[in-house]
Parts: sequence; structure tokens; C-alpha cells
Amino acid sequence: MSGKKQDLIDQKLQDLNDDGIDRRGFLKCMAWAGTGLVWTLSGGIPGSRAFAKSSGKDAAKGADFSFVQISDSHIGFNKLANPDVTATLQTAINKINAMPHKPDFIIHTGDLSQLSKSSEFDTLDQVLKGASAKQIYFVPGEHDMLTDNGEQYLQRYGKGTKGAGWYSFDHKGVHFVGLVNVANLKAGGMGSLGHEQLEWFEDDLKGRSASTPIVLFAHIPLWTIYPDWGWGTDDSEQALSYVKRFGSVTVLNGHIHQIMQKIEGKVSFHTAMSTAFPQPAPGSAPSAGPMKVPADQLQRVLGITDVNYLVSGRSLAVIDSPLADSDPATANGAGSAVVDSTLE
Amino acid sequence: MTRKNMGITSLAALVAIAMLLFAGSGSVAASDQPPAANADVTIDNFVFGPQTVTVPVGATVTWINHDDIPHTVVSTDGVFKSKVRDTDEKFSYTFTKAGTYAYYCSVHPKMTGTVVVK
Repeated sequence: MSGKKQDLIDQKLQDLNDDGIDRRGFLKCMAWAGTGLVWTLSGGIPGSRAFAKSSGKDAAKGADFSFVQISDSHIGFNKLANPDVTATLQTAINKINAMPHKPDFIIHTGDLSQLSKSSEFDTLDQVLKGASAKQIYFVPGEHDMLTDNGEQYLQRYGKGTKGAGWYSFDHKGVHFVGLVNVANLKAGGMGSLGHEQLEWFEDDLKGRSASTPIVLFAHIPLWTIYPDWGWGTDDSEQALSYVKRFGSVTVLNGHIHQIMQKIEGKVSFHTAMSTAFPQPAPGSAPSAGPMKVPADQLQRVLGITDVNYLVSGRSLAVIDSPLADSDPATANGAGSAVVDSTLE
Repeated sequence: MTRKNMGITSLAALVAIAMLLFAGSGSVAASDQPPAANADVTIDNFVFGPQTVTVPVGATVTWINHDDIPHTVVSTDGVFKSKVRDTDEKFSYTFTKAGTYAYYCSVHPKMTGTVVVK
């Protein structure tokens, strides 16, 4: 397995070069392809089996640090789509603990709980205690705001945050910003950041060098994926205008329980799988609700995201892994690598 | 009749009438009520059905969640607000004033509906 993933990334770059389009040109091309979806991952990538089996060991070669994103644990959910979401979260944590390169921290992009109940948060904390990565960062999902406008979420996970739970921190030269777009949602709307948070965000970025890599994370996607299902954020354009001047911006979201990615200029957007249950592709079902899959396939459509950061290239490699190793013949869902760099 | 006799007779008459009224109050009240005015709204696949429901003043509307996902029922004007409703849970509200009440699910704000009270 060792070397296979690195080989794959090298192969991808080679292929691009053989086309007569270098990576810079390729990324420009993809950016021109528009503000719509650039690609949806759906298995079938050569070596996706390698991704399933390892979890980024070789992409991490030369990486200065890595962290893992998990999302949508929905502790408390117990319907047919997954009667035991605590067990699948445990599987995700075991998988992270077993990674050959230790992540510096974990980011949970929201919907920690299903109904914002104390017992659900308690269970989540219990499982996360077993993570060898001791530092975990959170942002809330709409399911964490259900009983008390997110009061309990803030008490448990909101130390040092502002407003509904937004904050920023720096790690080895990378600036991370946790945004909350699930508070005070308006009838007929999608996700919302709100005026106060936008002001704070603009101020937070002031004075930072444009070569500082930026990672934004929020629950609901910060780009419009499917408005009918509320998959977008009404005022994200304004937020994204604040990061326009930076050379490398990575946006990590959850909420939709499937992987989607987009590159627009120097901004890479990525949504993660859930550790609880999958949801249908946009418009492919009557609603966005939990999607049942055969029990033996469940762990292939749930997963974690490993993000590797290379200081020298100022690039982040984002690698998704399903919870279960999948046979290449029947692989579906996750398994890809996105390597972006600043265009300099 | 003497005045005293009239007083007793009047009192007796009053009591008799009162007894008749109370005895008959059950059936009198029932026949005075309008036909069932309450309404149900179901939640299926992230949709309130029917999207607009019309009821008379004094009616009770009951929402029931058939989805695998919790929802809420929240008036956009702050008139009513349900607790979070998980699968098969209900929320009822009795409308005592005429008007048009727009509402939505605060968890999935694209879900909207209206209650018209006449």
C-alpha cells in the first residue's frame, strides 16, 4: 500500500501535464468551468481501493501537519437508515486512531446531536474521549440548536467563542475560522451568517498576510449546491469576498452527508460524509432526509476526511476515506485526492 | 295572588326554568356547535401538507411529523412556536383570532406553510 497513494497523485499530475495543460492552466480551466459543481466524487478513481485501505499515509509524506474533519454524527438518531450512529462514530474514531500519521486535531463540522439532548452530547463526549487526538474543534449544526437556541451547545463546546459560537485560531501558520450559519434561520431561507458575524469575520482577517493559508469551516455549505433543499448560505458571498485576497483558501462543510467539491480561483470547497447516515444526491429523491442503503454498504457511504498541509507548497491535500474498505468492483462513494496549491 | 305568593311563584318559576336549562344544556350546547372545525397538517418529506389550511376562529390545528428527521412549527410573527417534534410527534395550536398566520420549520427554513383563520 505504501507509495500507492503518492503514486496516484503523481500520476494525476503527470496526466495533466501530458494533456499539454499544466496544473496552473488546469485549475484556471476548472475555475472558468463556472460556479457550478466541478466534480462529484463517485468512486471509480484508479486506486480508490488504496484510499479505502490506507488513510493518507503517503499523501502525508512531506506534510507538515494533518488534521481530520468528521461531521454529522447525529448522536440520538435511531431510525432505519442507521439504528446505531454511536457505533459508526466509534468506527470513525477507531479509524482516525489507527492512521499511521497522527492528526494534530479533529474538526467536527456540526450536527453533533440529533435533538440537542444532554444525553446525546454526553454520549458524543464519551466516544470522543477515546480519540488519541485530544484537541477537537466544533461548529454547531441546526440539530444542535433545537431546544434552547444552542445554549447547551455553547456551554459544552463554545468556550472562547463569540455570538452563536464563531471563533478563529492559528496552527502552524494556517489560520482557521469556525463560522456558524445555523442560527436565526429565516423562513424560506437557507443557511445564514448574519451581520454581526460577518463584521467580526472581516475584522478577524484584517492585517493578515495574503500568503497565510486560510481554512474556513461551517456546518451548512458556504456555496450554493441545491437551494430547494436549503443546501447553501444566503450571505456567504459577502464572507467569501473577505478571503478573495488570500492565496490559499479551503472551505470545509458538512450538512449534506455526501462529498462534493468545487474549486473557484484560489478557493477550494469540500463537504464531508457523515459518520451517521447518507443523504441522497440533489434532486434524486423527494427530500434530503436520511437515505437507506443495504446494511452491508452503510460503512462505505460514511467516512472521515484527512487534510494534509504542506508548508513549502502552501497546499492542502484533502483525502476522503469511507469507514469500510471497499472492494474495487463495487466501490461507491468516497475515495479521491484533491491537491490544491496557490497559483504563484 | 298576594305579593308574597307572587314572589314565591316567581322564584319557583325561575328555579324551574333554570333546571330546564341546565338539564338540557348538554344537548343544547352540542347542537349549537358548528361541525368539526379542527384541521390536521402532516409533515412528509420536508413538506407541510396541505401548505395552506383554512379554519374558523377557535379551531385547533394539529401538526404531525411523519419524517425520520425532527422538525419544528414556528410562526413568523412569534404567535406560536413548537418544541422540536421528532417522528410521530404532534404539535397543536388553537387559533382564537382571525388572521393569516405564516409559519415555517426553524430547522429547515425552506419548509413553509400558512394557516388562514376566518
